[in-house]
Amino acid sequence: MFDTENTYKIVTSQKLTHEQKLMGLAKAAENGLDVLDIPEKTQHYFSTGAINDLFEGHAPYRPRYTMPDYARFVKNGSAFLGLEPPADLDELLNSLMILYRHVPSITNFPVFLGSLDKLIDPFLDGYTDDEIRKKLRLFMTYLDRTITDSFCHANLGPEETRAGNLILDVEAELKNTVPNFTIKYDPAVTPDAFMEKAIQTSLLCSNPAICNDTANCDVYPGGYGISSCYNILPIGGGAYTLTRVTLRKLADEARDVRHFLNELLPECLTLMADYINQRIRFLVEKSGFMESSFLIKEGLMEKDRFVAMFGVTGLAECVNHLLRNEDKMYGRDKEADDLAEEILKTIRTLVDGMEAAYSPLYGNRFVLHAQVGLDSDHGVTSGVRIPVGDEPDDFFAYLRHSGRYHHFFPAGVGDIFPIATNVDQNPAALLDVVKGAFAGGMHYMSFYAADSDLVRITGYLVKRSEMEKFRKDAVVLQNTTHLGAPNYEDNRLAERKVRMV
Amino acid sequence: MTGKAAIAPVNRVVPLSTVDGPGARSTIFLQGCNIACLYCHNPETQQLCRHCGQCVAVCPADALTMKNGKVMWNEAACIGCDACQKICPYNATPKIHWMAAAQVMEAIRPNLPFIRGITVSGGECTLYPAFLEELFQQAHKQGLTCLMDSNGMVDFQQLSGLMAVTDGVMLDVKAWDTAVYQTLTGVADNSPVKRNLAWLYQVGKLPEVRVVYMPGYVDAKAAVEGIASILGAGVQTVKLKLIAFRCHGVRGVAEQTREPEKNEMESLNNLAEKLGFLHIQLV
Repeated sequence: MFDTENTYKIVTSQKLTHEQKLMGLAKAAENGLDVLDIPEKTQHYFSTGAINDLFEGHAPYRPRYTMPDYARFVKNGSAFLGLEPPADLDELLNSLMILYRHVPSITNFPVFLGSLDKLIDPFLDGYTDDEIRKKLRLFMTYLDRTITDSFCHANLGPEETRAGNLILDVEAELKNTVPNFTIKYDPAVTPDAFMEKAIQTSLLCSNPAICNDTANCDVYPGGYGISSCYNILPIGGGAYTLTRVTLRKLADEARDVRHFLNELLPECLTLMADYINQRIRFLVEKSGFMESSFLIKEGLMEKDRFVAMFGVTGLAECVNHLLRNEDKMYGRDKEADDLAEEILKTIRTLVDGMEAAYSPLYGNRFVLHAQVGLDSDHGVTSGVRIPVGDEPDDFFAYLRHSGRYHHFFPAGVGDIFPIATNVDQNPAALLDVVKGAFAGGMHYMSFYAADSDLVRITGYLVKRSEMEKFRKDAVVLQNTTHLGAPNYEDNRLAERKVRMV
Repeated sequence: MTGKAAIAPVNRVVPLSTVDGPGARSTIFLQGCNIACLYCHNPETQQLCRHCGQCVAVCPADALTMKNGKVMWNEAACIGCDACQKICPYNATPKIHWMAAAQVMEAIRPNLPFIRGITVSGGECTLYPAFLEELFQQAHKQGLTCLMDSNGMVDFQQLSGLMAVTDGVMLDVKAWDTAVYQTLTGVADNSPVKRNLAWLYQVGKLPEVRVVYMPGYVDAKAAVEGIASILGAGVQTVKLKLIAFRCHGVRGVAEQTREPEKNEMESLNNLAEKLGFLHIQLV
């Protein structure tokens, strides 16, 4: 049904930019279609909130996350865009700016900008550092002001490069929200001094986050990248869709733990898998994306390199709810943490037994992803994180806890920590902690200084100062400020435990 | 190993510190000190408990009891209100554990993947050299570096066994002039500190020197100049930490003393730069 009322609201809004209105109207039109067949029982789980398609829209016409092979673009140029392979740094940056404008995703902006250091590094000969920083400053300012949605990610590392160093310099200076950066870290490859610089940068401007390269490099054949909100996805492909199960909501219907594990989970996850497959089939068979996109035609993405993400969130509150009569708490009590592991093992076994449509790269199976949350979530903590307020005082205890659960989520999982402001005097200390956390099984972590203007919400960055403007009903450039402001309040993010004090 | 394991009074073990040397470290605070600085920010670590029992009466959680003339602390019942420390007339605390090195190692075992070393602080840790030697030997086996925070009043050259297993000493140079030192610490002679400063640098075990500037009580400029003159070329390698006195946690006259202005710390910093220090940290 076409939602006339909502459409009118979008058209007449005084808080949305023109671009935000356009995208809202496109979503309203898409949602006027009714192309998916949703059984009654699935509808039920949608209404309880146990299943949620993250407002992807009712008629999927582009993959949620696209991961173009930018290295290939640099090598070949693009016939469709009429671009020769770049011959120097100016041409490279200009070509990338043009290409990014044509990379679709769920946000209508590119969610993945490639491994910028590797793309740029071969073009630096003959320039001084100052000359390069000037060019990068313009390039990165362009990205921040035109990709007005911070579910956008660029990657660095694991090797140290001159380009990587200069990107960090410029990032520290500009303190932008877009793109997010993640550095792939392999202690055997990435020099300590370079990582300390990256960590120092993250304490200045909340970027880059750090990805455990050794834990992630073999998830997909042909390489991975980090996009959007900690999504580990195949380069040259991406993810069709992301629907999530909110375990806390499903637990509302549980008579007891066994009922939850043995009946509710199998039923709900089976219906969710069917729903995801319907979305994929419409996208692949009906939407025309694979036929029309020049990114596919020119080999920057391949049909067979897309995967079906299967999102999971709210584990903490689910466990606490199921054990509410025993007064056991996730992140504190062994019984609760053991149940959490049993739930995740059950989910993995169930999901591994289901067939994902058009997903040959991952053996026609779904890939689990610890979903980071929505602005509308109340009392639901991202993925497998410990709720704000319940975190153990001992930082190491938190990290060991995360290390126990991260491996369940090959398509991405992460933790966020505000760090004491004086740690910038000793970034090596934070690197030591990262090394320990990764050795202990953590896959991904990000930091921001406790007093930084740039706050990481669920995975994306928002400026405290912009949220303040938004609360006062001012128009703001970034879509994600709209999402971050309520989330910051509802999930008490200001009360996250500051670490390394 | 022969003989009985040495033990020391442990005030607390902090799993993760970023301010006690390079990288992430676990810090062990020992009870008892050989001087009494006016600006001490944890004065309850200065003395060992005399078992006078005054604290027992004020404990709101019944975590303290008198048993055979000794004050006993029930850690599980303790609510951490510090009422016992506030009433203690001797700058001591009943809340300590006498521990052997192996017990301390057990306490920090869960931290091992995350830390590169341990630092022992105080109180004054060099009061327990036999314990430290055993602790550092065991810590080295786990690949940890071992540092001490010290006021340098004990002669390190006499502690050859300990120094053989010590990676470095972060030396607190409290004051330079002897009279100033005496007013500040209650101890008349600071020549051991100066001798230790020279010797530790000479043997390559001096990663850091510290000066806390408390206006009116510390001759910080003279200290920075004195340190520079003893270190010579060492000003290029040894880190100098210049710490502004803070009222937090202090007792006595220090409560009425002002904290240094930013420009005072900056002028110390400028002096240190002029003297050739390359690694200066203002705290």
